[in-house]
Amino acid sequence: MKHYLDFEKSVAELENKIEELRHLTSDSDINIAEEVTHLQNKAERELNSIYSKLSPWQKCQVARHPERPHVREYISALVEDFTPLAGDRLYGEDQAVVGGLGRFQGRSCVLVGQEKGHDTSSRVAHNFGMARPEGYRKAQRLMNMAERFRLPFITLVDTPGAYPGVGAEERGQAEAIARCMEISLGLSVPVVCVVIGEGGSGGAIALATGDRILMLEHSIYSVISPEGCASILWRSSDQSRDAAEALRLTAQDLDKLGVIDRLIREPIGGAHRARTETIRAVGQAISDCLKDLSDKDPDSLRKERREKFLAMGQKGLS
Amino acid sequence: MNWITNYVRPKLQALVSSKNEVPDNLWEKCPACEHMVFHRELEEQLRVCPNCGHHMRIGPTTRMKLLFDEGKYTRISLPETIQDPLKFRDRERYTERLKKARSKTGEQDAIQVAHGTIGGQKAVTAIFDFSFMGGSMGVAVGEGLLAAAKLAVEKDAALITIPSSGGARMQEGILSLMQLPRSVIAVEMVKEKNLPYIVLLTDPTTGGVSASFAMLGDIQIAEPGAVIGFAGARVIEETIRETLPPGFQRAEYLLEHGMLDMVVPRNELQETLGRTLKLLREPLLGEALPASGKGKKAASKAAASDEAKGSSTAESEKPAAKDEKSGKKPAKPEAERVTEQ
Repeated sequence: MKHYLDFEKSVAELENKIEELRHLTSDSDINIAEEVTHLQNKAERELNSIYSKLSPWQKCQVARHPERPHVREYISALVEDFTPLAGDRLYGEDQAVVGGLGRFQGRSCVLVGQEKGHDTSSRVAHNFGMARPEGYRKAQRLMNMAERFRLPFITLVDTPGAYPGVGAEERGQAEAIARCMEISLGLSVPVVCVVIGEGGSGGAIALATGDRILMLEHSIYSVISPEGCASILWRSSDQSRDAAEALRLTAQDLDKLGVIDRLIREPIGGAHRARTETIRAVGQAISDCLKDLSDKDPDSLRKERREKFLAMGQKGLS
Repeated sequence: MNWITNYVRPKLQALVSSKNEVPDNLWEKCPACEHMVFHRELEEQLRVCPNCGHHMRIGPTTRMKLLFDEGKYTRISLPETIQDPLKFRDRERYTERLKKARSKTGEQDAIQVAHGTIGGQKAVTAIFDFSFMGGSMGVAVGEGLLAAAKLAVEKDAALITIPSSGGARMQEGILSLMQLPRSVIAVEMVKEKNLPYIVLLTDPTTGGVSASFAMLGDIQIAEPGAVIGFAGARVIEETIRETLPPGFQRAEYLLEHGMLDMVVPRNELQETLGRTLKLLREPLLGEALPASGKGKKAASKAAASDEAKGSSTAESEKPAAKDEKSGKKPAKPEAERVTEQ
């Protein structure tokens, strides 16, 4: 059963009609085949027009779409010999953060990302991509490993935010996030970060302080969720739509603000309609960035990464 | 009825309100134990309740007078930054909120940077002003932290950050989130030079502010009872649907969980900071002074020459006049004002 977002109703109707027609006609009728093609074209045009002008709030829903490809799918498609590594060596293993060693286009890399899960049991196991301090400390361990073996460090960001819980606070959620940034800002190997879905505040930026920050076209990245922002500033979560507009959390806005380096196009209808194509595009973008960064020496990597963040916040939106 | 509404009521109100105002100003109720404290006593006690020891919030000016030797310090003007980069508007325009906060505090934004000595040790402080939009961190605050770090490096001084903040400033969206790594870079600048970096966590230190520079101190000190944490207590309660343990996210609780070095009452802060800095910077007493440490008082005076000068006495309630010598600096909000509530 396909999951349709509420603004995709017209597409859902067309696609259901196509299904119905297909079922009806075991005795192949040429008129019906024509009708199907006609409807398919119509559905495609409809998708195209919807997705070419998604509102920020609609983008939030696309970014959170349950069928959007998640970290593990990217890794299994893009990385050979992936060897997952576990644990922070301090307290536990947090499956909200997935990471390990692997070969990306023939080259050993360290990869880390927040995994949201794809069904009920995996969502629970991965805690919906909301990491606890252990997850961030595992990421720190892997950053240090990348540094020690001089391997590029790649992150895939997809999280509603860091987990708000008693244990997480007691074990230093804030410190774990801060330390992640400290370590990754100091790495002397290339660091490429891609926001593939939701970039939820501090929980996201812990894994997004790299040399290159990329974003998928319909992903979002924000200081607070629109729901959280609405409930604080508008005193009502009914205003999430307005908050999503005001926060400027789309990849397009972040591009204009100079916060990201590159926007990766998604196929028509969003990543969840063409997973393979999307994953391939992300792979290509990472590869381009690594190529770009490959001849930089450790000192200039660190220096330029720092300068990149220092330069942010000079320009606003007109 | 006219004569009642027009004459009697305003008169009565005037009587009633004036009667109310006098005790309000002279006596303050402790928010923790509800004990009524006479205002002069409260100021003498550094706004710590004499009955229960509750540490009320104090503003940057009071804080600086409290921490720097003899209450003497020099504020620096901070770089001008982009205003309202997102053209943000909720129920009110961000520019309006900024305007109100500025007229309320007389300051440009939620951070103040100063330098001087603490226990004879050179120190730069970057202090958050909670009364300015909840001490929230946007581009200007990030720039303030960077300026403080650069100043510490330039003056070969320790950096002491003193957060009091609800977190990132939502109205600056992603750019406020970017202040997290930027503030971490500020910390790194200081650490690279082997200068001490101390965080004094005051009430409250939460959200994005806690998850950046505020957790990376060489030494982490907190004031008693300060709320410190990443996620808001209400959010946690709603997520786990349980009541939170007593003392959750308070300074003492964090100390118990290994997140702090010490919880220090307000009246011992200056001594503690001075002693700690001295231990870090003067490993051999009397000798091995830092190369540039030529007579500390003279040094701080000399450095102050082209910057606005902080006033010194704790009882001066009137705003001290802007220093005329700072004429060449374009930024204006140098007037000293007591901003705490």
